[in-house]
Amino acid sequence: MTDLLLSQVKVSGESQFGTDEYVVNLGPQHPATHGVLRLIVKLDGETVKETVPILGYLHRSIEKICENRTYPQCITYTDRIDYVSAMSVNLAFAIATEKLMNIQSPARAEWLRMIFVELQRLASHLLWMGAFAGDIGALTPFLYGLRERERILDLFEMTCGQRLTYNYIRIGGVMIDILPEFVPKCLAFLDYFEPKIDEYEDLLTYNPIFLERTKGVGVIESEFGINAGVCGPSLRGSGIACDVRKQQPYLYYDQVKFEECIETAGDCWSRYKVRMREMRESVSIIRQSLERLEPGPIEAKMPPVLKAPVNSEIYSRIESSRGEMGVYLVGDGTAKPWKAKFRCASFSNLYVLDQLTKGWKVADIMAVLGSLDMIVPEVDR
Amino acid sequence: MFTGENIVQIVAVFLNWAYAQLGISFLAGVINPIISAVVMFGFIAVFVMFLVWMERKVSAHMQSRIGPNRVGPLGLLQTVADAIKLTIKEDVKPVKRDKIPYFIAPIVAFVATFMGMVVIPFDKGMVVQDLNVGILYIIAITGFTVIAILTAGWSSNNKFALLGGFRSAAQIISYEVPLVLSVVPIIMITGTLSLTGIVEYQHQAGYWFILPQFFAFLIFITSATAEANRAPFDIPEAESELIGGFHTEYSGVKFAMFFLGEYIAVVVSSAVAVTLFFGGWLPLPFLGSLPIPGFIWFLAKLLLVIYLIMAFRWTFPRLRVDQLMDFGWKVLLPISILNILLTAAVWLLLYGKGAQ
Repeated sequence: MTDLLLSQVKVSGESQFGTDEYVVNLGPQHPATHGVLRLIVKLDGETVKETVPILGYLHRSIEKICENRTYPQCITYTDRIDYVSAMSVNLAFAIATEKLMNIQSPARAEWLRMIFVELQRLASHLLWMGAFAGDIGALTPFLYGLRERERILDLFEMTCGQRLTYNYIRIGGVMIDILPEFVPKCLAFLDYFEPKIDEYEDLLTYNPIFLERTKGVGVIESEFGINAGVCGPSLRGSGIACDVRKQQPYLYYDQVKFEECIETAGDCWSRYKVRMREMRESVSIIRQSLERLEPGPIEAKMPPVLKAPVNSEIYSRIESSRGEMGVYLVGDGTAKPWKAKFRCASFSNLYVLDQLTKGWKVADIMAVLGSLDMIVPEVDR
Repeated sequence: MFTGENIVQIVAVFLNWAYAQLGISFLAGVINPIISAVVMFGFIAVFVMFLVWMERKVSAHMQSRIGPNRVGPLGLLQTVADAIKLTIKEDVKPVKRDKIPYFIAPIVAFVATFMGMVVIPFDKGMVVQDLNVGILYIIAITGFTVIAILTAGWSSNNKFALLGGFRSAAQIISYEVPLVLSVVPIIMITGTLSLTGIVEYQHQAGYWFILPQFFAFLIFITSATAEANRAPFDIPEAESELIGGFHTEYSGVKFAMFFLGEYIAVVVSSAVAVTLFFGGWLPLPFLGSLPIPGFIWFLAKLLLVIYLIMAFRWTFPRLRVDQLMDFGWKVLLPISILNILLTAAVWLLLYGKGAQ
């Protein structure tokens, strides 16, 4: 691929000192690409002429592995698809499997799932905020974000013993019930966390340099965004209502009050704003869910070996921290999926990178990449 | 009172006595500058190490961390450990580098900024060489860093380094202009280019130039931050875009020289700012009777200004290259020219023609 690109570079002008494109290889090891994403960038001075993402450096063929694992075993692999937001992917797979096998998880499990997925959204957005600000050159918000994220991970650790890949949300319910002290601790965290959002906004939102760097940069026109398959907060920044939690409510999202955060400008700043507002909404969802939590079973009654009906297929989607997370499953009557396919938000969002950065400066690649909240294991799977 | 001037005189008397004893008085003109340079170098080396520690503590404080706390009390020796690690490290060099420029660049970057310290008056009479064109000299000599950075970027034979070098050249040249222009009003008022002379003027006038020349100070500190390649103007070494920028391919001692050079540039700019706008070694107006030597006042003010520059770095995002140019040419330059005109007008109104 590189050779192909390099061969396209033609020397223009007849003189000995001809000018040609400046091809820079960003990645796969580069401080700003959030993992092993590789970008081949053609430059004219500082101006970007073309950005070509090269994928596959983190490809672990999770979808193929899932074909050789039973449904409960697959959950472990879904953790690794998006390790920054592992609960969401757990949930996506669990919901798809439940729909495939007609299992209804009990009410307490559903509320617990909502609490944990929203906490996960907070943790993911916090990490994103830090990384985005770091891409633009402000290093301090990263530490602020991680400081609060630690508290969320403590809550996770208290419940399921894990801090990164939880394997907590299982088919038909959740792994284990919460401890009695979880609810007060979670409420204490929310009380502590809400003023912190104001602190981040004080530091970043109307900082003149931050505005310079993000306002009007990397605009996704709403029609182009839909056509390109952009989803999640990135598309909501362009004024499109696309939150699966509102459009096709799953769990008990239709029973809690929350606002779908939409900004209209479509630039990096709007996408930033959408996620900051989403954090506040998540806090409110967690509060409501904690109130509705009642004692009861946490796992549905299920046969010892889970088998999907013959020739059954399902596509189910949820709103992960990064956008629409779809799972497509085909069952063939055995305990293993015949086909598992994950539709990940990062992959489709990455598609617009080239159009968004064309004609802008090198530094804008980082701003746009950061604002799309892309994560490489989700792109490569 | 035990002042910096006393110390210098005592040392001078002792040295003259020593020369006389050794019978080498005729060499005093050669040896004295060498001794001054060595003392200054030692001071700067220790001071910069302290600054690196301070920067890490300041950033840790701003980011609600603890910062270095393992090596020595409060982690004070962390920088020493880092320096030792850098010096004994393997010097990895790119094979296709341009050998001579690659070798010279870090030396030039270090020496050029270091030489700026020569004319900084730490106290009355406590200055290596009180040039009558001091301020001009500092601006000229620190401007050399751009050559070093451009050379480093070119000779590394690395695309990121080259981009960093180009950015740096554009940036330093652009910000040199408002930097010089922001100093002009003070030169107009005092009628001297000597840094000692400027402090003396503030002593006689009874006020510091921060009061009448506040905008000049803002322009100066902004341009100086840009000159020193520090955030929010650190685009030549923008980590998230260009990895290390011009010093991507440098390691070990050579990297340390760039690193030291950056910090010395901060020290020089802050020292000039203190001298021009905060009355150099002069004590605070109502604390003049305290038995504190002038150079302590100077260092205290210096640390405050450096703290200000450090606080910038850990608060602001980084500007983009074109925004940086716009800011320099379209905002800072007009303001500094206006400032000159305004100062001249007010001066003429107050004191009439030929006033000094």
